[in-house]
Amino acid sequence: MDKPHVIIIGAGFTGVAVSHDLALRGFDVTVVERGCIVNGTSGRTHGLLHSGGRYAVKDHESAIECIDENIILRKIVPQVIEPNGGLFIGLTDEDLAYGEQFIEGCEACHIPIEELKPQEALRLEPNINPNLLVAFTVPDGTFDPLRLALSFAASAKSNGAKYKLYTELKDFILDGLGNVIGVKVLDRTNNKEYEIRGDMVVNATGAWAGQVAALAGADVPVKPTPGIMVAYDERFCERAINRLCPPADGDIALPQRRMMVVGTTSYEVEDLDYVPVTEDQIELMLERGAELIPNIRKAKMRGAYMATRPLIGAGTSGRSIARTFKCYDCKETHDIEGLVTITGGKATTLRLMGEKTADLVCQKLNVSAVCSTQEVPLLSYRQFYTLPN
Amino acid sequence: MDMSHHQKDLWTVTFRVFRQKGNAAGHYDTFKLEVNPDEYVIDAVERIWAYHDRTLAFAHACHHSTCGACGMRVNGVEKLTCITPIHTVAKNGGITQVDPLRNFPVVSDLVVDMGSLYQRMEQVGHRPVLPLPEEPAGLPVRKNNGNEYVRLSDCIECGLCISACPVALSTPGYIGPAVLAGALQHGIKAAPALLALVDSEDGVWRCHSAFECTKACPSYVEPGTKIMQLRKQVVGERFANLFRSNR
Repeated sequence: MDKPHVIIIGAGFTGVAVSHDLALRGFDVTVVERGCIVNGTSGRTHGLLHSGGRYAVKDHESAIECIDENIILRKIVPQVIEPNGGLFIGLTDEDLAYGEQFIEGCEACHIPIEELKPQEALRLEPNINPNLLVAFTVPDGTFDPLRLALSFAASAKSNGAKYKLYTELKDFILDGLGNVIGVKVLDRTNNKEYEIRGDMVVNATGAWAGQVAALAGADVPVKPTPGIMVAYDERFCERAINRLCPPADGDIALPQRRMMVVGTTSYEVEDLDYVPVTEDQIELMLERGAELIPNIRKAKMRGAYMATRPLIGAGTSGRSIARTFKCYDCKETHDIEGLVTITGGKATTLRLMGEKTADLVCQKLNVSAVCSTQEVPLLSYRQFYTLPN
Repeated sequence: MDMSHHQKDLWTVTFRVFRQKGNAAGHYDTFKLEVNPDEYVIDAVERIWAYHDRTLAFAHACHHSTCGACGMRVNGVEKLTCITPIHTVAKNGGITQVDPLRNFPVVSDLVVDMGSLYQRMEQVGHRPVLPLPEEPAGLPVRKNNGNEYVRLSDCIECGLCISACPVALSTPGYIGPAVLAGALQHGIKAAPALLALVDSEDGVWRCHSAFECTKACPSYVEPGTKIMQLRKQVVGERFANLFRSNR
C-alpha cells in the first residue's frame, strides 16, 4: 500500500517539526510555504531556549514542556545552541517577593535553579545591574532561529519530505461533503497554480492559523499577539538575563553572537502580514533592558522588529493566556474531515508540537508508528540546501 | 530604526526592484513608498509584498542580523537588509534599487540559491558553534559552572562576501571568501584533504586581495584578512611537509 501523504501548510517551527516527525514515521510529506523557511513569527523569535522559569509561577504546563524540551533540544541539535544558562535577577522588594513564588514554581516544574548572592552573580556576569538583590541560575540557552528550523527541515528532507517554498496556499480542495482532500497552491517563483492531493492536511500556520482554517470553513481561537525585539551591537553577557518578576514588557536581555537582544511587549493586532515597529516600544525596551544591563545604553542599536505570537484563547488578554499549544481536529470541531490545525506554543516546544500533531495524524489515519524525534540527532542546517528535494 | 530621525518626517522613496519569474527575462518594477527613514530596507521590501505586490519573492527570517537570510544588493552594494536603515541608502524623493545577490543563481525576484555556499561550508567543516575563547579572540573566559562557554560563531553564511567578490564574479569555481574563512576556523593542520582543497587554483591563491569581502561582511568575520592568514598557514604547512618528507 502507498504511504499516506500528509500536506503541511507552513514552514515555521511547527511545520518543520511536524514534517520531521511524520517523515521519520514513514509518511509521505509535502510542506507548502509561501515564503522562505521561518519568514513569519518563528524567524523573529528572540532565540531563548526556555528553561521554563518564565512560566514556573503561573503556567506550570508550559514550564514543564519548556524544561523537558530544552533538555531534548540540547541533545539533538547542539549545532544551533549556546547552552550557557541564564539568570533571573531581582532588583526590587517586589521582585524579592516574587522570588518566593519562583522557587516554589521551579520546584513544582522540576526546573533546576540555584540561588546566588549578588556578588556571586556579578562574578559570573559582571555587566548585570550591580544593584541586584538576588539571582537564580536557570538552564536557559539561546539558539539561532533559522538554523534550528533548517535542522528539522533538513532531517525531514533526508527522510523523503518535499519542501515547496515560495508556494502559497490559494484554497483547499474539498470533496462533495466539504471534507479537505488537497490544496490549490501558487508557485510564486513562476506564478503557476497547481493542485496537491493528500490524505490529510496540517494547518501549521501559527498566528495565521485562523485565516487559513477559514478557507475551509473552520475557525480556530488564535489570538495574534505581537511583541517587539530590539538588538544592540555589543555583547555584554554569556547567559540570558531575566528579570525576576511576572511576565512583563522588556523582561529579558539575551546574548546572540556579538549582540544583545531585549524583548518584548504584548498587544493584539488584526493585520498580520505587516506589523510596524513603534518608537515608544523601542524606547521602552532600552529603558527596561538597561535595568538588567546598564551598559545597553552605551551600545548602538542594530535592529528592531516585531514577531506575532500565536496565542490560543478567547476572552482573555495577552499575558494571561497560557503559552502552551493545541491541536484541533476539524472533524471534531466543524465536522470537516482531512484537516488538522496546530497552533500556539513556543519555539522551545517545537519538537513536542510536532510529536502531538503527528500522533493525531496517525490516530486519524490508523497508522501505528510511534514518535522517535526525542532520540534522533538532527542533521546540519546546511543540508537543507544540499539535499535533493 | 536608529532613532536619529523622528516618525513625523516621513520620506517618499521609489524602490526599483529586480523581478524575475520562471524562465522569463528579468526586469525592474518600481514602488513608491512612504517610509520612515529610520526603518530598515527589509521593512520596505516586506511592505511592498504586504500592500503592493503579493507575488514579490524575497528571503528573510530573523530581522536582526543573526540568520543571514536577507542579503540583497542595494544600489549595487551588498547589504544585510534587516540592519540597513533606509536613510543610509536613499534620499527623500529619490530612487533606491534593490537587486538579488550576485554570483548565485536567481530563484525568483530577490531570492537566490546559495546551495553552493552551504555545500562548500559543509565541505570545509566550518563549525557553527565554538567554545570560547577561540572566537572572538582576546576575551576573558569566565567559568560556566565548570564548563566552557559556547558561542555561535561569527559567520552567518549570508553570502554577501561571495556576491561582493570580483573574483567569484569571473570564476565560479573559486571556493570564495566565507568558505576560506571557514577553512581557517576549522583548521588546516592535520587535515590533508582540507589543505589540498584550499592550497589549489580555486583556493587561497585565486584571491586578488580586493578585500571587497571584508567590506561587505556584516558579521565581523573579515574574510579578506582570514584569507591572508590562511595563505601563511598554507605556506607554513608546505614547508613543514617538505621537511617531513626529507627526513
